[in-house]
Amino acid sequence: MNQTLPWLILFLPLLAVAGITLFLQRKPRLSAALSIGAVLVSFLLSVTLLAAFLQGRAPDISLTWLQVGSLQIEFGLHIDALSVLMLLVVTGVGSVIHIYSIGYMRDDPDYARFFACLSLFVFSMLGIVVSNNFFQMFVFWELVGLCSYLLIGFWYQRPSAADAAKKAFLTNRLGDVGFLIGIVMAWAVTGTLSFAGMKDQWPHDPAVYGTTATVIGLLIFCGAVGKSAQFPLHVWLPDAMEGPTPVSALIHAATMVAAGVYMLCRVFFIFTQPALLVVAWIGGITALLSALIAVQQDDIKRILAYSTLSQLGYMVMAVGFSAPPAALFHLTTHAFFKALLFLGAGSVIHALSDEQNIWQMGRLRHKMPVTYWTFLAGTLALCGLWPLSGFFSKDAILAAALESNNKPLFALGVLVAFLTTFYMFRLFFVVFLGKPKSDRVEHAHESPRVMTYPLVFLAAGSVVGGFFGVEHFLAPQFFPNKAVPIVPPLEPWAMIPGLAAFFIGLGAAYFCYGGADSDPLPGKMKAVCSLLRHKFYFDEIYAGVVNVAQDTPARAINLSDMGLKLVVRLAHGTVEGTGRVLRLVQTGNLQTYTLLLAAGAALALYFILTR
Amino acid sequence: MTPVGLQHYLVVSVLLFCLGLLGVLVRRNVLVIYMSLELMLNAANLALVAFSRFNNNLDGQVIVFFIITVAASEVAVGLALIVALYRRRHTTHVEDLTALKN
Repeated sequence: MNQTLPWLILFLPLLAVAGITLFLQRKPRLSAALSIGAVLVSFLLSVTLLAAFLQGRAPDISLTWLQVGSLQIEFGLHIDALSVLMLLVVTGVGSVIHIYSIGYMRDDPDYARFFACLSLFVFSMLGIVVSNNFFQMFVFWELVGLCSYLLIGFWYQRPSAADAAKKAFLTNRLGDVGFLIGIVMAWAVTGTLSFAGMKDQWPHDPAVYGTTATVIGLLIFCGAVGKSAQFPLHVWLPDAMEGPTPVSALIHAATMVAAGVYMLCRVFFIFTQPALLVVAWIGGITALLSALIAVQQDDIKRILAYSTLSQLGYMVMAVGFSAPPAALFHLTTHAFFKALLFLGAGSVIHALSDEQNIWQMGRLRHKMPVTYWTFLAGTLALCGLWPLSGFFSKDAILAAALESNNKPLFALGVLVAFLTTFYMFRLFFVVFLGKPKSDRVEHAHESPRVMTYPLVFLAAGSVVGGFFGVEHFLAPQFFPNKAVPIVPPLEPWAMIPGLAAFFIGLGAAYFCYGGADSDPLPGKMKAVCSLLRHKFYFDEIYAGVVNVAQDTPARAINLSDMGLKLVVRLAHGTVEGTGRVLRLVQTGNLQTYTLLLAAGAALALYFILTR
Repeated sequence: MTPVGLQHYLVVSVLLFCLGLLGVLVRRNVLVIYMSLELMLNAANLALVAFSRFNNNLDGQVIVFFIITVAASEVAVGLALIVALYRRRHTTHVEDLTALKN
């Protein structure tokens, strides 16, 4: 029983995918039921697994997959605190999103395909979570990339969605190249691919491998930069908003972007001090940049997307501070409130018949009470108000910053906390309060129950998520010698600036946007706002870089190609010209041929005989 | 009167061969060309028999028998071809048979 549990958790969603794609393409209701059932059962089994794990009876399975020379590749299901937690988050949040999709995708003709992709996504993510070696993780890692492509481009009829899917896929490839090289280098150094084996081999004293270890760490971090959309590969995530909203919620909360942070924590032992410093700074820069960009976006989903980027920056920063439990704590709480916010946004978009511009909304408070209250809970949790879940996890990260004595990044973290509150309440005030800003608001109505119940469930998770002791649960795995209490202690030096940032941000947002009809900021700070509105011109810069780096060599190669073509033309022209001349000899008259034959024979005879 | 020697036979053979070749080259009727061709063949036969006689070696005569046999079957095939050609194209003139060119 114990042995089969992890197998079932992992493969149930895949079975659902197989069932839907093979038999149920034409039966939307049944395929949705199958898909949801599979993920829900996976979730319940994960809870059972948690119980078994707490009693110390968790199985650890490892089979030899293939063997090439000295390279042995295993297929394993590794169960420890880290993977159990992630199993719960992925299947839990995943099931909620599955259920919500029933309502959100109701009228879509490709209902079955949507659920198949969604379940495949969950399966791939679970595969990453239970991997016990790099190879298996990479396979599932790529599967996640594929699923994101399929789902972001779900409405492939729209060119923008197709482009966004391609962008996400290619940007991820860029990071994955580094990841793959890092894996190969790590294998070359240690001779094994399994995490456990590598951890044993990995020198506890970084000086043994010196810079090699740092380089490996940074290359592996590249993979996380792509998947978790860190600067400078963050550009795909906001565009991924082209997918259906439940997909955005899934990508942002439970699967795709969480994979990067999870991977960093899983192979945390690899990172040396210099590598960790880079990781922390990349996280910090991402958090700041995207929080700034979020301040000037008008699309409700894009604001949330940049908010995700910024929170991911926090998590990566926490890993950089050698505090993976804090990172995973934030990842867990974030999964709840970000899924909640996205599903809430989806509910709003649904009610306003696909309007996404926040300046076309307003005064939805009474029209959509459930969405309003749950969205408020999610916003407050994200902004980190005591005692909601976001407060504890953000506090843990800021405390980690203080502990590692990195003052600039601590200040940056507080600044980002302020910005977070500012842009989230800008969104909140404009969408739910104030005056109605378009006619569509008149026709708005609360979403069906199948969409609001998930919201309520997630809101409950967001509110109490801080009290489950996630950090306490994880800490023994990372710091065997350090005791961490169940309810995290309040760190005054981390808490007070954090809360101050919250209140200042709230006040600033109220001052600027309480009852505003249009954005007052562009009028006052034109240059800054246009910079933010254009996302620091990252897309334009990348397009320019691609122009220089790709089109210039391409042009040079084209030139040499033309030279080559000339040579080929010349050869073919000579042959054809000669052929034309020789063709004149062919009269078709038998007797001419005979004459020539006889003359030839005579000539040959003459030469032979006169020698 | 000098006795008839090898040279005489060969001269006759060459004359016959050249007459045959001339016929092949200048005549327009396929049937006549075919007959000229046979003439060339027999010129070669004559030369072979002459050599055989004057060298006291019977191999040449054996070859001639073979040639005559093969020529007989060849004539059968060749005439059949010409008949088939005539049925198809209604002509036996070489100028009209230029399918090789087009």
